[in-house]
Amino acid sequence: MLLRHTPTEIKERKSLVVNPAKTCQPIGAMYAALGIKGCLPHSHGSQGCCAYHRSMLTRHYKEPVSAATSSFTEGASVFGGQANLIQAINNIFTVYEPEVIAVHTTCLSETIGDDLKQIVTKATKDGKIPEGKTVFGAPTPSYVGSHVTGFSNMVKAMAQLAEPSSEKNGKVNIIPGWVEPCDMEEIKRLCSMIGVDTTMFPDTSGVLNGPLSGEYKMFPDGGVTIKELKESGQATGTIALGEWCSADAARWLDSKHKVPCTVLDMPFGLKATDRFIDVLRTVAGVSIPDSISYERGQLVDLISDMHQYFYGKKVAIFGDPDQLISMVEFLRSIDMCPVYVVTGTPGKKFEKRIKELTADMPYECKVKAKGDMFLMHQWIKNEPVDLLMGNSYGKYIARDEDIPFLRWGFPITDRQGHQYFPTVGYKGGLRLLEKILGLLLDRKDRDSPEETFELVL
Amino acid sequence: MSSKTKVVQWDPADIKDELLKKYPPKVARKRAKQIMINEATESEAPPEIVANVRTIPGIITMRGCTYAGCKGVIMGPTRDIVNITHGPIGCGFYSWLTRRNQTSAGPDGENYMPYCFSTDMQDQDIIFGGEKKLEAAIQEAYDLFHPKGICIFSTCPVGLIGDDVHAVAKKMREKFGDCNVFAFSCEGYKGVSQSAGHHIANNEVFTHLVGTNEEPRKEEYKINLLGEYNIGGDGFEIDRVLKKCGITNIATFSGNSTYDQFASAQHADLSCVMCHRSINYVADMLETKYGIPWIKVNFIGAEATAKSLRKIGEYFGDKKLIDKIEAVIAEELPEVEAIAKDVRSRTEGKTAMLFVGGSRAHHYQELFNEMGMKTLSAGYEFGHRDDYEGRRVIPDIKVDADSRNIEELDVEADEKYYKPRKTPEEIKALEDAGYEFKHYDGLNPDMDKGSIIIDDLNQYEAEKLVELLKPDLFCAGIKEKYSIQKLGVPMKQLHSYDSGGPYAGFKGAINFYKEIDRLVGSKVWSYMKAPWQENPELTATFVWE
Repeated sequence: MLLRHTPTEIKERKSLVVNPAKTCQPIGAMYAALGIKGCLPHSHGSQGCCAYHRSMLTRHYKEPVSAATSSFTEGASVFGGQANLIQAINNIFTVYEPEVIAVHTTCLSETIGDDLKQIVTKATKDGKIPEGKTVFGAPTPSYVGSHVTGFSNMVKAMAQLAEPSSEKNGKVNIIPGWVEPCDMEEIKRLCSMIGVDTTMFPDTSGVLNGPLSGEYKMFPDGGVTIKELKESGQATGTIALGEWCSADAARWLDSKHKVPCTVLDMPFGLKATDRFIDVLRTVAGVSIPDSISYERGQLVDLISDMHQYFYGKKVAIFGDPDQLISMVEFLRSIDMCPVYVVTGTPGKKFEKRIKELTADMPYECKVKAKGDMFLMHQWIKNEPVDLLMGNSYGKYIARDEDIPFLRWGFPITDRQGHQYFPTVGYKGGLRLLEKILGLLLDRKDRDSPEETFELVL
Repeated sequence: MSSKTKVVQWDPADIKDELLKKYPPKVARKRAKQIMINEATESEAPPEIVANVRTIPGIITMRGCTYAGCKGVIMGPTRDIVNITHGPIGCGFYSWLTRRNQTSAGPDGENYMPYCFSTDMQDQDIIFGGEKKLEAAIQEAYDLFHPKGICIFSTCPVGLIGDDVHAVAKKMREKFGDCNVFAFSCEGYKGVSQSAGHHIANNEVFTHLVGTNEEPRKEEYKINLLGEYNIGGDGFEIDRVLKKCGITNIATFSGNSTYDQFASAQHADLSCVMCHRSINYVADMLETKYGIPWIKVNFIGAEATAKSLRKIGEYFGDKKLIDKIEAVIAEELPEVEAIAKDVRSRTEGKTAMLFVGGSRAHHYQELFNEMGMKTLSAGYEFGHRDDYEGRRVIPDIKVDADSRNIEELDVEADEKYYKPRKTPEEIKALEDAGYEFKHYDGLNPDMDKGSIIIDDLNQYEAEKLVELLKPDLFCAGIKEKYSIQKLGVPMKQLHSYDSGGPYAGFKGAINFYKEIDRLVGSKVWSYMKAPWQENPELTATFVWE
């Protein structure tokens, strides 16, 4: 037993969080900023945050993650971090030569009340920002929301780079939300198959799944450009994938630059992908090519082939709201039963949406926003499940309770290769189903007595 | 392996100039003092290095913070204390199972390692203060787990909003009676690195816990192993060897440690310091308060392990122990040597660079020496001058404004329990025979003349060094790993061991030899160019018959 101190009996906790199903804002902002071409993320706080965030992203992607920090000392923490940030900006442009510095804050600089906008204005006035280079930022207080909120705040700050213009450029903004670089690639592939000209932001493909070639590029070729972000106000419309991750930026572009937006669920699974493709079709005003219907048909085929193993199986799942909503819908669409759903990210709407998606289940779904994995584990102890889905921290519960475990979400620190294979779209659906069935059947093979051990399933 | 051809023999002074060239003048002046060309022991007055000073903003440092040094490093590995992070969720989350300090739950079955406890401060806690929430969180932890101890760790905002964590801890400690609650003011902005957190952890654990178990210990040859965190099972291997020699390890600070080990540390007769940086404070305080002398040891490297064991034997001066130690060394070494010999045939003459926290950049050079590998350049993230130049420079170190607020405890000899372990005559006899107490020579003397020693190495310098010196192996941490490997240079993590280990002791040496053999010999480094990139000129077209 690893989690041997977790009791079956559930007592309400008001103050102590145990084994969180979330982390703090700035790591989300750092991830988002890496999706800008030529951008160095910058953490305005003491340097421990930056080291932790870089390390965690690196552990997940097995790729270099560069970011700078203001390295607050006690003095700066009392008197303000303006001098640190201006000095940092000067050093970064001289030594590392990025095109863009995307600044986020921490609980330290937020508590002391540093004003990013004012500091950037001062840096500009002092001539610390070279011609043609960009410094912008987003406040990301760690004591509000979660890493998802930080991601959303940085994406909104990207949208705020849009410049006013009466021209339309016929492009569609796609805000993919916090998905893997390969997922962003997959979303772009689907758009180009349909013939939609897109600006995707952020876009970490080519940044956090790059090649090994004997050359280290601190700023790889991937990412959305500042020029594209500036022109995002000229787009025909914005498709935002995920209410928590992407909607704020899209709605801001709508209200400020009259770029109409559609907020969709992240395209995990059959139905959410269907809705995404259908919206793309309307946006592009075209018929969907057979090649996409073919991919969809393959997914439906696999669902029908595998259905007997999925039907009625109970699943516990934890992670981030946007991903969970689509995944719960996907699990229900293959007749699996997500009975425990937990996110650490706050949001009442989340619980309501999950309840709706699971209303037709033969079991009542226990759902909690602002929950933790300690609580989910206690639920499992009280009534077990057939499958556990979530990030690597789930492996401790999976081992203790002997549950097949699908690593999914962020962070995945103990497996490799996930940065290359998408889980969005129909192709991603195929991969998810294959992985889930593999887990269930590996377990069956492990547990079957000799006489029922079978070659063909 | 074309990329690794060494064409130019660089002069160290030129390398230093190259590293500094791109910096703004102010930065270049500061970095120039943190980059030194080693003169080894030949010099009468070796050059000073500037260390333990504030990080240059925006430079892309490898450093972390005080909280990481306190909770993450020193207190984190203790298995039966509930460690509550008082702050927003991040700090607790990132220090949750990310350092590989292994623990065994032991016969009592207490192990909180797989758990992360946090007060998860929200905006209203920042506005109205978080003391009430902290108090309630401690109560909930007590009710749920009934641990022997609960430790509270402050994060950045806690100091700013003025939560009195020590008062809350005291109140709860008195309320419970059977659970020791104490707190650490290890806000991330204190000091300039993890180092301040070590000091704060040393102070609090010494004040609130060390010496509280008065029950005497009857074993022979009792030591404390200080500054060993059982990464990848290092401590398990050292304990195996110690046990085999008949040496009793009362307390490890703090790999696989327990509440009671700390509480009983005053019963040891010798403190053996592995990581000087993180734990020398406790070593000194144990000596002052209880009369326990300390020596520097190193269990990284087979020869270093043998040497350290002999040093312990010599201290106790008992023939029975000395013979046993020799027998153990004689039994363990042949296998190590056989593998070293085999590996050495492939590693001899290869070069390495080591940039690790506060001790391993030094210790691991022993292992590389055993494989015939040369260390071209090394440095610490957060070592102090004494870790580079040796403890003899301590009187000359000026504490600067950034570190002045880290408390120095005033410890005195304990009226009841102070007991000199050796008479002054015995100490003198040992010293006359060349024995060194309370002594650490630091990194510099063990490195070649002309090697480059760099404090607080940053991303730019790391890349530049690799480009100029083309080492066969680079050792550092997770943040550096993949950028170095993109350059086609194998990279070994010496914090996490890349999920390997143990590397300490005799068995650890074998593991390390094999790992380095694998890394420098891997075929992958020959795949970087595709055939059409190596021969881009198209000289003929393919004609299908």
